[in-house]
Amino acid sequence: MEKTLDLKYTYTEKKDTRSGFGDGLLEAGRQNPNVVGLCADLIGSLKMGAFQKEFPERFFQVGIAEANMIGLAAGMTIGGKIPFTGTFANFSTGRVYDQIRQSVAYSGKNVKICASHAGLTLGEDGATHQILEDLGMMKMLPHMTVINPCDYNQTKAATLALVNHEGPAYLRFGRPSWPIFTPKDQEFVIGKAWKMIEGTDVTIFATGHLVWEAVVAEAMLREEGISAEVINIHTIKPLDEEAILASVAKTGCAVSAEEHQINGGLGDSIAQTLIRNNPAPLEYVGVLDSFGESGTPTQLLEKYGLNAENIVKAAKKAIARKG
Amino acid sequence: MENKSIEQLNDICSQVRRDCLRMVHGVQSGHPGAALGLTEYFVALFFKEMTHNNQFQMDGKGEDLFFLSNGHVSALWYAVLARSGYFGVEELGTFRKINTRLQGHPATEEGLPGIRIASGSLGQGLSVALGAAQVKKLNGDDKLVYAVMGDGEQQEGQVWEAAMYAAHYKIDNVIAAIDYNGQQIDGPTEKVMDLKNLKAKWEAFGWEVVEIQKGNDMEPVLAGLADAKSLTGKGKPVLVLLYTEMGYGVDFMVGTHKWHGIAPSNAELANALGQLKETLGDY
Repeated sequence: MEKTLDLKYTYTEKKDTRSGFGDGLLEAGRQNPNVVGLCADLIGSLKMGAFQKEFPERFFQVGIAEANMIGLAAGMTIGGKIPFTGTFANFSTGRVYDQIRQSVAYSGKNVKICASHAGLTLGEDGATHQILEDLGMMKMLPHMTVINPCDYNQTKAATLALVNHEGPAYLRFGRPSWPIFTPKDQEFVIGKAWKMIEGTDVTIFATGHLVWEAVVAEAMLREEGISAEVINIHTIKPLDEEAILASVAKTGCAVSAEEHQINGGLGDSIAQTLIRNNPAPLEYVGVLDSFGESGTPTQLLEKYGLNAENIVKAAKKAIARKG
Repeated sequence: MENKSIEQLNDICSQVRRDCLRMVHGVQSGHPGAALGLTEYFVALFFKEMTHNNQFQMDGKGEDLFFLSNGHVSALWYAVLARSGYFGVEELGTFRKINTRLQGHPATEEGLPGIRIASGSLGQGLSVALGAAQVKKLNGDDKLVYAVMGDGEQQEGQVWEAAMYAAHYKIDNVIAAIDYNGQQIDGPTEKVMDLKNLKAKWEAFGWEVVEIQKGNDMEPVLAGLADAKSLTGKGKPVLVLLYTEMGYGVDFMVGTHKWHGIAPSNAELANALGQLKETLGDY
């Protein structure tokens, strides 16, 4: 179906966002000798192997001990290092929430918590290895910056941007091959939303893998004569409220799209912003109070409605609710 | 490293105990028991053994570092930091009160000089100390990292993750201590959750273990620390098993978990202060 659509962004290659992290980390290591890596027995999954090979003295295999990894990383900042920790998103957040809270966020430590296999699209491993609550947990922590880039290029750019960002940060990415549709040498400004497509009838705020689905949805809506604005919210926190309010002031309604629980995710952050400043209809595309399950990424996105078709439906609903 | 006599160090211990009791009494909240038990060890570190800079730098390059994992001993640490010049002694009177830098458990958010990591939720401190120790090696800094944990805290799994890691990476510039007083909030550790043979456990994890049988007697504490130091730099992390008595120095507080987390009344404070030599000025 995508092939027949007049897409504003196209792709020639698919690649996983985690490879953007791995390649970004390697480049970060070359640029800054203070960058160190830690991994809890998932070097291959996190694509940290190239960094480990080039900088063995700056890489620490921690074993299956995520709590210790977070503490070690916090301690390493005290001598001026910039630690990047790597494991699956579930074990990066829920498993070590208290360690992150006390030793990293409350202590104001410059630790970058890097999390792969976030959301549903880990697929076949099922709910124990997926997580749909991580954005909520991390954004609730004071001092924590939360980033969820949309493709390989943006994940690489985000990784490099974090090296020069002082303070605790959570960087979320995924496993499946995904369209590379953003520029290779893009500027990544933490906290600055990226308006990807201009529109007038509805704003689609999307993050992570769902940004691509929003690009597809925009073309589908355009075929029906509906003008959608697509804004890439790669930084969930701090949220670019100015960009959100400016867009909704123009379009009058919005859709949020994310690979996360509806409770506590990007949509809730946008809802808070709107309700405090300019109440407007908002429809959520996300997972409704459910764990994931086994399946291919495509099957799961369809089953849980995290796709362009569902964004289109939500957009029409939001437009219909406009006063 | 300071040249203080045993007598001078003991005087400081008495004053620090008085500080702790006044702090906890002043706000009617805090944890006096373990603070009184660990006093000799803290005073030995901060007034004798450690090379440290009271013109505080968070990075701690070129100085020995100290990490407190069992953060409820905060009153003791604050008193020792103040008495060694990190901040004014009068500030101890703000302990646990609104708008204070002396939070109930140590925090960096309030910016108190000497504190490099928050602690209080147990089990996390050794991991942090190991990270700092590894970075000292990376930075070519030959100073040591000290950490203190509680014995009840050994029930936290993260401690053993850290223990395994330290031996695997041969982190031999760290001296971790366990305050082995045998008590925790709900009672004796052997009743709450028996630790069995801690020495054998740490040795099995690949650590050198030094025992200080009289942790409330300055001479054996200094001797034990000298032993521990002599074992650093030899490829293994070093643990001090420090036998102390909770509430040491005040007869009605000693040896019971009752004073883990309660404050003395006016009469109890007067009684306790009477038992502790008045050698230095109160805050």
